[in-house]
Amino acid sequence: MADLEELYREIILDHYRSPRNRGELDSPPAHRVEGFNPLCGDEVVVSMVVEDGKLSDLKIGGSGCSISQSSASLMSAAVKGKPVDEVRRLISTFKGMMSIHQANLGPHSDGSDDVADGEPEEIDLDKLGELAALQGVVKFPVRIKCATLSWNALAQGLDEVAAEAS
Amino acid sequence: MTPPAPITDDAATPAPLNVEALRKDFPLLTRTVNGRPIVYLDSASSALQPQAVISAMSRYYETTHANVHRGVYETAEEATALYERARLVAGRFIGAPDAAHEVVFAKNTTEALNLVAQSWGRSNLRAGDAVLLTEMEHHANIVPWMILSEELGGLDLRYIPIDDSGHLVLDNLDRLVDGVKVVGLSTMSNVLGTIPPVRHIASVAHDAGAVVVADGAQLVPHAPVDVRELGVDFIAFSAHKMMGPTGIGVLWGRAELLAAMPPFLGGGGMILDVKLDSFKAAPPPARFEAGTPPIAEAVGLTAAIDYLGAIGMDRIRAHELALTSFALDRLEEKLGSDVQIFGPPAGEDRGGVLSLAYRDVHAHDLAQVLDQFGVCVRPGHHCAKPLMRRLGVQATARASLSLFSDEHDIEVLIEGLLEAGRLFG
Repeated sequence: MADLEELYREIILDHYRSPRNRGELDSPPAHRVEGFNPLCGDEVVVSMVVEDGKLSDLKIGGSGCSISQSSASLMSAAVKGKPVDEVRRLISTFKGMMSIHQANLGPHSDGSDDVADGEPEEIDLDKLGELAALQGVVKFPVRIKCATLSWNALAQGLDEVAAEAS
Repeated sequence: MTPPAPITDDAATPAPLNVEALRKDFPLLTRTVNGRPIVYLDSASSALQPQAVISAMSRYYETTHANVHRGVYETAEEATALYERARLVAGRFIGAPDAAHEVVFAKNTTEALNLVAQSWGRSNLRAGDAVLLTEMEHHANIVPWMILSEELGGLDLRYIPIDDSGHLVLDNLDRLVDGVKVVGLSTMSNVLGTIPPVRHIASVAHDAGAVVVADGAQLVPHAPVDVRELGVDFIAFSAHKMMGPTGIGVLWGRAELLAAMPPFLGGGGMILDVKLDSFKAAPPPARFEAGTPPIAEAVGLTAAIDYLGAIGMDRIRAHELALTSFALDRLEEKLGSDVQIFGPPAGEDRGGVLSLAYRDVHAHDLAQVLDQFGVCVRPGHHCAKPLMRRLGVQATARASLSLFSDEHDIEVLIEGLLEAGRLFG
C-alpha cells in the first residue's frame, strides 16, 4: 500500500478534515467561480477578492473527495494575500507538477487540458511548500482532475477579474 | 464452457451455479490488480467477456469478415447471415414475437433510447405534451427527452418519485399518468438495484394512452426477460453489460410503432431509393441502421447470449439474488451502522447492485483504497444525478454482482472498506 500512503499523506488528510478558508464571500463584491468534476460529482466554489494587484481574500466552498477538497484548502492557504502575478506563477508550477505523468504515458496520453502548455519545465518542489504533498496524485491519473479542480477555477476567476478590469 | 446443470425435480428452484468452474471461462479474471487477484465488482458498468465471446469475434475476423447486405461473394453472404442471425438470437432472448422486423441494432442502450426520442418522439409529441419518467432513471432515459423538449418548445416532464427504501411510489400513478404520451421507465435501477413492477406500470400507462419506453440495460443481462410479459412498447439494452462486446446495443420495439417511425440517422443501408431531391426510407429494421453496422460485435452478442442461455437466466438471477442477500447481511454484520446501502432489501424486486456509503469517506476515496485490494467498483453519481440528489448524496461507491461473483469477493470488499476506515480515521 506504499502508493496509497503516498497519495493520502497526513498533510492531505489534515486539510481534508480541517479545511482552511472554508466558506463563501458575498458576491459581489467578491468574484465567484464554480468548478465541477463531471466524472465523480465533485464541486468546488472559489470566491475571491482582488485588490491592488493582490488576491486579498479567498474562500472555498463545495464538497467532494479528499483530494479535491484538500487541494483546494492547500491552495487557499498558499495563495491568500499574495500578489496576483505570484499566484499565477504558483498555478503554473502546480499544474506542471500535476502533468509530470503525461511524459510517461506515451502514445496513450489522453491530451487532457490538465497538461501545462509547452515543454514540461523543471518543477522546483521547494517552491511549492506543503503543496508538494499532492505530488503522489500523479501516480493516479484519474485523480489529477480532482487535484486541479480548484486551481482551474482560481485561474478562470483571475482571468475573469482581469477581463472585467480591462 | 460449463456443462449444463443437472435437471432438478423442483422447477421453481434453479440449480445453483458452479461459480468456480464458470470463473475459468473469463480470461480477465486471471490477472492481478496491484498485486492482488482481481475482484471484479463493476458488471453494472461493463461486464467481462467469457472466452467464447472473444473467440467467436476473433474467428469471425479470421475467417469471414466482409460488409453486410451488399456483396454477393461467399464471405459477404456469410457475414450477412451471421449479422441477421444475431438479430433473431437477440429477439428470441427477450421473447420478441417478430425479431426480424422488431430488433434494431444500435451502438448501445443510450443510442437506442435517443433513437426512440428523436424518431418516435419527434413525430408523435408536440409542445406541452407530458412525459412521465422516474426519479431513478439513468441520464440516458432523461436527457434525450429534455433535448426533445427544447426542440419542441417545452414538454411537461413528470417523475414518479421513490420512497426512502428505493421503491417507486405508485400511489398516485393514475394521476401522474393522466394525459401522458410516453412513460420512460428503468426496468432495474443502476444505482439502487430496484426492479419496479414494470408490467403494472405499463398496463396503467397503456390505459392512459401512453407508450412505454423501457431501459433494460441492467435487467436484461441479469434476469429472464420477456417483452410480452413486461408489456412495454420499446426496450433497449447493451451487449457489453451482458458479457458481449462494446459497440452494439439492441432496441426492440413493437412492429407497428417502428413501421410508422421516420429514420433516425441517414446514410447507406437505410434507404430504398435516393433521387437528387428526395429519398425513400427502407422498412424497419434497416431504416434505423444507417452505415456499416457493428458486424463482429453482433457475432459477439450472439456468443454472449448463447453463453448466458446455456447457463440459464433463471439460475443467474437466483445466484445473484442469493449473493445480494449474503452481501447485505455480511456488510451489516462486519461494518454495522458505518455502512449505508441504498436500495430495497434483498428480494424479488432487487438486483445485484450495491451502492454504498461508508462512514464519511468519499466514494472516490473508497474506490481508490479498494483498488489497492484488487477490487473494482464504480464511484460517482452513476449517470443518475436527479436520483443522487433525492438520496442526498454526491456520490456512492457501487459494487455490482455477476454470475461469477462469489462470497470471497464480498469478503475482500469488506477488507478494503475497513482499510479505508482506518486510513481516513
